[in-house]
Amino acid sequence: MEEVAFFVGAIGALGGAIAVIALRNPFYSVLALVVHLVALAGLFLLLHAEFIAAAQVVVYAGAVMVLYVFVAAYVGGVDEPLWEPIAGQRFLAPLLAGALFIELSIAILGTGLKALGGEGPTIPLGFGSPEAIGELLLERFLIAFEAASILLLIAAVGAVVLAARRKDEPPIVVEEGERGH
Amino acid sequence: MAIEWYLVLSAMLFAVGAAGVLIRRSPLVILLCLELMLNAGNLALLAFSRSLGNQDGHIFALVVMVVAACEVVVGLGLIVAMFRRRLPLDVDEMRGLRG
Repeated sequence: MEEVAFFVGAIGALGGAIAVIALRNPFYSVLALVVHLVALAGLFLLLHAEFIAAAQVVVYAGAVMVLYVFVAAYVGGVDEPLWEPIAGQRFLAPLLAGALFIELSIAILGTGLKALGGEGPTIPLGFGSPEAIGELLLERFLIAFEAASILLLIAAVGAVVLAARRKDEPPIVVEEGERGH
Repeated sequence: MAIEWYLVLSAMLFAVGAAGVLIRRSPLVILLCLELMLNAGNLALLAFSRSLGNQDGHIFALVVMVVAACEVVVGLGLIVAMFRRRLPLDVDEMRGLRG
């Protein structure tokens, strides 16, 4: 049963990831990433990371993806030019990615870690539950927690500064012919 | 399921994300591919966390999610600013900082 769930999640995650890079329209790429993230949340559940799976769905597939959808709709469909700045880029890039995958696999499977072959130890009840994670966050990892909140605040302020309209900037005028796509 | 399966899947997802960064030229899609790579890292962290029976990896994954959210916010702000100034949304055209 667990194997079936793993392979369904793995196919969803991998298919979503490939769709992200293969679809030409950025809007569809964003939707493919939502599929990828939800499938990945299922895999997190299989690993007994309940809180992370819930956070993944709420924060990533919910909030962050809505932000992406808005920007993709605002910017509109950008047609990528067909010319290649580096000759053979379309063939070279997958080759390099394949080499990276093989290298990572050799590194993972070639380690002497004995625990990798098994399922891991039996875990206590409540492993990865919100109670356990919350306790860790507020006790052992309090500094990391506070640093993360400061980082989020800085990013929010930075985004407002970056995207705000300058006073000397002319307003955008959309011509009639440009509407509708 | 053995932990190896999760790690190999994570390596696969990371390689797909890296391929996307190399192939695509729209900054929006490149940000999406960065998300793919960060999530592959999260999957590996949680798999190791499970194999060691230790929850510290979950905290690490949460922090990675926070960093990813910050990166998205700043990156999308940059894309909106580029669009406002009518700059081309193509990373190969943005070569002002190239030596």
